[in-house]
Amino acid sequence: MKLLRVVSPGFRATIQDSGRRHFQKHGLAQGGAADRYAFLWANKLLGNDLNAACVEITLGGFEAEALAETTIALTGANTCAMVNGQPIESWQTIHLARGDHLSMATADSGRYCYLAVRGGLVTPMLFGSRSTIAREQFDELRPLGRGEDLVGIETAPAPARSVPMSARPAYGGLLQLRLLPGYQYTQFSSADRLRFLASAYRISSASDRMGFKMEGARLDSPPPGIVSEGIALGSVQVPGDGDPIVLLQDRQTVGGYPKLGTICAVDCYRLAQGQPGQTVRFKMSDMATAQNERVLLVRQLTQTKWRQCGKELDWES
Amino acid sequence: MISCVSDDSLLIRLGDSIDPALTSRIASLCCAIETQLGTWVIDVVPSYTTILVSYDPLAIDFRQARQQLRQLMAKHSETPPKDPNASRNQHDIPVYYDPETGPDLESLARAKGLTVSEVIGYHTGMTYQVYAIGFLPGFGFLGSVDEAIATPRHQSPRSEVPAGSVGIANRQTAIYPKASPGGWQIIGRSPTKLFDVERLSRFQVGDQVRFHAISRAEFLNLGGML
Repeated sequence: MKLLRVVSPGFRATIQDSGRRHFQKHGLAQGGAADRYAFLWANKLLGNDLNAACVEITLGGFEAEALAETTIALTGANTCAMVNGQPIESWQTIHLARGDHLSMATADSGRYCYLAVRGGLVTPMLFGSRSTIAREQFDELRPLGRGEDLVGIETAPAPARSVPMSARPAYGGLLQLRLLPGYQYTQFSSADRLRFLASAYRISSASDRMGFKMEGARLDSPPPGIVSEGIALGSVQVPGDGDPIVLLQDRQTVGGYPKLGTICAVDCYRLAQGQPGQTVRFKMSDMATAQNERVLLVRQLTQTKWRQCGKELDWES
Repeated sequence: MISCVSDDSLLIRLGDSIDPALTSRIASLCCAIETQLGTWVIDVVPSYTTILVSYDPLAIDFRQARQQLRQLMAKHSETPPKDPNASRNQHDIPVYYDPETGPDLESLARAKGLTVSEVIGYHTGMTYQVYAIGFLPGFGFLGSVDEAIATPRHQSPRSEVPAGSVGIANRQTAIYPKASPGGWQIIGRSPTKLFDVERLSRFQVGDQVRFHAISRAEFLNLGGML
């Protein structure tokens, strides 16, 4: 059933779910929501399968008309969303009647906003996922266009819910990212390692779902390229120009630039919400800490249920 | 050697230099990882000397994953596959080598002091290994081309290289599965489809590939686009 018509996709809007599994050996990128934290919360609000497909809206500017009664949720970047011209709060469920007009301004903080619909969106699926990776140019998986209709399965209204204040991130300001040093870390000069950890970087405007480029403290003598190898989410690669790049969901599957290590996944989600010019600092972390935090984050969403009030969660017993 | 790379992946390093024998070991170990380790394995990305294994950190932690990989590798090295070539796919890829489809064919020949037909002879005279898949879906990094025609990438990449283009970059050769920006030296074009949404990548790491020259008419008959 058609639920929403895209009046304007804004700068760019794509369908994203949790991304692909098992297809990187064919050269297919991982894909999936760039900020998995906001994405999971959008589905949690609606009681959806946590992997259900959402619209990922880049820097706001999105507009849509409801073609049927539906409940949606907005999380992520703050885009001052409105329904029929009336401001609405994000990080909560929003009931739309047929004909309602949803609009967003340019994001004032954060980069990606997630629009989930009750029951999830039903869009073409390739490689076990509905995620769009624009540079792969599959006709079935294109960024959303003006006038496109979004199809869902569920139209019964969902209960009113809102994400607890303590779980809502504040975007903007200093981003502290934790590095898990990799096996090539010690191949960088000690001066470069020190510079990387001591400097304030700015997010370059040349940043997207493939990777975020860091400007402000070039590394002088990155080691030469390596024999190409598989690249993990969050890899910090340093090409010859010395500007580190943190690789995200749409990265290539293999590459040969030297790498300092990887950024913890949960910090990659926060980085994805960074706007150009925002300050980033790096510090060292370790595998046990990173993995514990990631597991807890997911369990907080998969092993909890909403209280009657719809504003708090309880752990499942 | 196994190292933890990120909070959901490990990198297995099986050697330091590019070697065809290593590639067949990598291909068979990948197969064992995918079939014998269970559902916690999410992605297995083989390359020249390494395998990146990504896993579900909710199902297994980094120590257990490393341990299970170590055990599998020990078992695997005790019972190596009998004939590493038996299970490897062979591909024979038609290519229309001509300045019409290979804008760098003549300049590469000149730079190397060869005739165009000698360049084609070198390129078709070798059996190549698929060392890695990446850059684009179905893009296989094949090696190694004869030193006589090894040529570096262009300083600045072309904004669009047509689908099917056959290129050389140093001692590697490859076919662009789709139109893409690219810096490889383009010497011809193949009508062969290298990626299909149902059948996925035609090439797998460890496969062997040969090229043969076809005429303009054959290229068009096989569905090639000019």
